[in-house]
Amino acid sequence: MIELESVGYSYGRSTPLLSDLTVKLARGSFHFLTGPSGAGKTTFLKLCYLELTPTSGRVRIFGHSGSDLGRDHVALSRQKIGVVHQDCRFLDHLSLAENIALPLTVSNRPVPQNDLSDLMAWVGLTQQAGQRPPELSGGERQRAALARAVMTGPDVLLADEPTGNVDWEMSLRLLHLMVELNRMGKTVLIATHDMALIRASRQYVQARVLRLQGGRLTLAGADL
Amino acid sequence: MTGLAALLALLKGDAQADRVVPPSGFTARLTLFTAAAMAFLAVFALALSLAAGRLADNWSEALARSSTIRISAPAAQMDAQAAAVLEVLRTTPGVAEARMLSSDEQAALLEPWLGPGLPTDTLPVPRLIEVIETSDGYSSDGLRLRLSAEAPGAVLDDHTRWRKPLVEAAGRLRLLGWLSLILIFGVMGAMITLAAQAALAANAQVITVLRLVGARDAYIAGAFMRRFTRRAGVGAMIGTGAGMVAIAFLPASTSDSVLTGIGFQGAGWITPFLIPLLGAAVALFATRSAAFRSLRNLS
Repeated sequence: MIELESVGYSYGRSTPLLSDLTVKLARGSFHFLTGPSGAGKTTFLKLCYLELTPTSGRVRIFGHSGSDLGRDHVALSRQKIGVVHQDCRFLDHLSLAENIALPLTVSNRPVPQNDLSDLMAWVGLTQQAGQRPPELSGGERQRAALARAVMTGPDVLLADEPTGNVDWEMSLRLLHLMVELNRMGKTVLIATHDMALIRASRQYVQARVLRLQGGRLTLAGADL
Repeated sequence: MTGLAALLALLKGDAQADRVVPPSGFTARLTLFTAAAMAFLAVFALALSLAAGRLADNWSEALARSSTIRISAPAAQMDAQAAAVLEVLRTTPGVAEARMLSSDEQAALLEPWLGPGLPTDTLPVPRLIEVIETSDGYSSDGLRLRLSAEAPGAVLDDHTRWRKPLVEAAGRLRLLGWLSLILIFGVMGAMITLAAQAALAANAQVITVLRLVGARDAYIAGAFMRRFTRRAGVGAMIGTGAGMVAIAFLPASTSDSVLTGIGFQGAGWITPFLIPLLGAAVALFATRSAAFRSLRNLS
């Protein structure tokens, strides 16, 4: 699905934030990405969905090299990737329901209202369907971001701290949703520093845990 | 997609896609106002161009088919030379009609300079003969040769000397009218480009989110294009309507003058309706160009 081959990235002329990362997110795999703040987890995710272009190495996405893809192909690839951004960016002039349906809207696909209602109910946002994003709390925005990411039934789900602003009960509900998606054959990568969530996931899914530290990627294990 | 299909798709619109771009304030008003003002000016430029064209055609046609023979001879020979000239003209191929101007007609010609009641019969005023050509025309050089032989006091004036600059002036006025139209639409395009760029820059965050959820450039650009094309079209319709009303209320005159002749005649009243279409087309291409350029720069 997504492969990073000796990928490095640096912002400007500073010391590279990421160096020589090689990893493959196979179809149906479930990964966690951990690491201290500033280790480059968000940058790693941005490289995965081609918002950033690596300064060295190559990102392959659905079998194509990211550097060979034109802007339209990048857009089409993103229609198959659901992304939960850490900063939960929405269109403030649209209602929450319209925001969640946005990936379908921009790809000119019909919005199945029943699925939309079910999904909003599942993340506990039925009452907020008509509200504008600025009216929502941090946790509500995070749940809405996850709902938007999975609305299209993407092949890959990339989530950046998806449980950062929600309580433990909701964290587990969101984790269950992502596990369910993984069971449907979707590839899932969750960037988080929430070790409890990673431990909790063990009873539901066999996940690989990647650790970013010092710009390098290692496979975490026993210390979790 | 063909041009017609693209236009139809544009007119049909995409309500859902249009909603993803937030309503913009000053850029909407700027586009509407610019399009209306430019369309208003375009109506006048078009009217001026068409009027100048009509004038050039009229002058060209009327003057090209007429000429004058002036006979300056001693009073004793005047009648004989006039008769000789008329006889020459009668047998000259290409001359449809020739007639001597009466004393009253000659007095009318001199009236602007010498005042009314001029006794042309007692003054040594040259005789004038008006010559109307057939569509094939006559040979000026041949006629001059024959006149010099039959009536030495006769001088042929085929109006070329002063017809040419008049027709050229009218032609250039027409050209200036068209040039003004091009400039007007150029300015309209530039202003709408600026407005579109401002709208795109103001919506950078929206565009970033749309790109992240998989929107293609054509989808995003299309939403902006539809919005600006419609506004420019509506603005141009308002401006064109106002311009046509203003033209209709200009004082009418039957004289061959550029100033009093500005306006539309007959089917010419249809031509201003092309202005809103052209305005919308200019807006479409200006926004399209600005949108794709901005999208490349934004992400």
